[in-house]
Amino acid sequence: MTGTPDRAPRPASDSALVLPRYLLEPEDRRTPLNYAGYRSTALRAPLRSPVDLPQRLTEVTGPVLGEDRLQPGDSDLTLRAGGEALGQRINVFGRVLDSGGRPVPGALLEIWQANAAGRYRHVVDNWPAPLDPHFDGLGRVVTDSLGRYEFTTIQPGAYPWGNHHNAWRPAHIHFSLFGTAFTQRLVTQMYFPGDPLFWQDPIFNSIPASARHRAIATFDLDHTQDNWALAYQWDIVLRGTEQTPFETDDDGDVA
Amino acid sequence: MSIEHLSPLVRGADETNDRRPGTPRRGSGFLDEPFTLGTTPSATVGPYLAIGLTWADGPFAVAEGTEGAVWLRGRVFDGNGALVPDAMVETWQADPDGRFAHADDPRGASTWPGFRGFGRSHTVEPAGEYGVLTLKPGRVPDGEGGLQAPHVDVSVFARGLLDRVVTRIYFADESAANAEDVVLRSLPDDASRQTLIAQPSADGYVLDVHLQECADQGMVETVFFAV
Repeated sequence: MTGTPDRAPRPASDSALVLPRYLLEPEDRRTPLNYAGYRSTALRAPLRSPVDLPQRLTEVTGPVLGEDRLQPGDSDLTLRAGGEALGQRINVFGRVLDSGGRPVPGALLEIWQANAAGRYRHVVDNWPAPLDPHFDGLGRVVTDSLGRYEFTTIQPGAYPWGNHHNAWRPAHIHFSLFGTAFTQRLVTQMYFPGDPLFWQDPIFNSIPASARHRAIATFDLDHTQDNWALAYQWDIVLRGTEQTPFETDDDGDVA
Repeated sequence: MSIEHLSPLVRGADETNDRRPGTPRRGSGFLDEPFTLGTTPSATVGPYLAIGLTWADGPFAVAEGTEGAVWLRGRVFDGNGALVPDAMVETWQADPDGRFAHADDPRGASTWPGFRGFGRSHTVEPAGEYGVLTLKPGRVPDGEGGLQAPHVDVSVFARGLLDRVVTRIYFADESAANAEDVVLRSLPDDASRQTLIAQPSADGYVLDVHLQECADQGMVETVFFAV
């Protein structure tokens, strides 16, 4: 498999440029930029309304990134620096789809997370939980021809973060995806089902209630590995293109 | 058919009780609207993005030493006019012929081997600025029969941003092209336009990003786009 999406180039049209148009999720199902409960938004989230940018060539294209971004071992975060990470081993798997239900093959996923104790390997994270010499929290995978991905890691821990008194982040894994167009770029976080910390976390609750379930993985016993690892499924949906509802012959006759 | 039962509440329960008479209780089995899945909601990159998103070759949309390569540089500021030291800036652009190495460019493939078109840079201190080495893009059709001015699409990610914010870099030495660019012309005033126009510098171009206005320091909020 290569990093190139399995798509034929679109034929050049006679006069106008025929470009795909990427649909935008309704605003009440998208994470807003301003969310008062998350204090860091106050000085950083833009205050003016964004200006509509028509989708032209720059917006409907994007970097083609794939296998060439991977290093050996990138899909197993439990083996680093010659040893095994501590914690509950889990397989995380799923599909990357667009909103039309089409798989996104050859898509690069970049993943990062805290260790089992809830500590990131980063100079800014210095709360008194131990670092794990065999865990750096970085993973990368590329989806296969059906848009599937899978990686092995350890269950990340929760951690305090000072947003408000006794604030704790629910356990989560960060994901970064490109899709195939600038419009599809997505950075997000995957949560674990039933986390008792959801109710007090403003980053989770900034997602409109009707869309929060999309950020939570599903435990999947069938995908666990006996004597090895538990498993969570999480499908990721990127923006898709406008679809023709049905196709007819050019003369418009419907049989 | 009625059910033999003591209670009239049970005996009287039939289809005339439908809350919305006339609506079908069963689906047709066919999709009568386009099938869509809800998109995954975005989340902030948080403060530890450097773990997962650092590329040694990130700043190089084109290889070092390439003829005509320029550095796009700038800093990111918050609403207090303070440097944002943990932002990531990504750039995407056409090649010098105005083409993209991508299947959805209907005019065919880019002819600039080694040109990635994509750059990624973190605003890590002490420099506190992003920097992307690239080639100046050519003009790209605007879809309305004209050409857009040379531009770079920019995404900014940071702790405190629950989604990326999108802006553009234009070039001050393209004033004729800028004057007829449909996107620049759609902006309400010249102060807004100026937030998108990079100025020539010693090794390329410079454009700062202001996530919010800071009147004390005379900073105007950058124009951000909904794509």
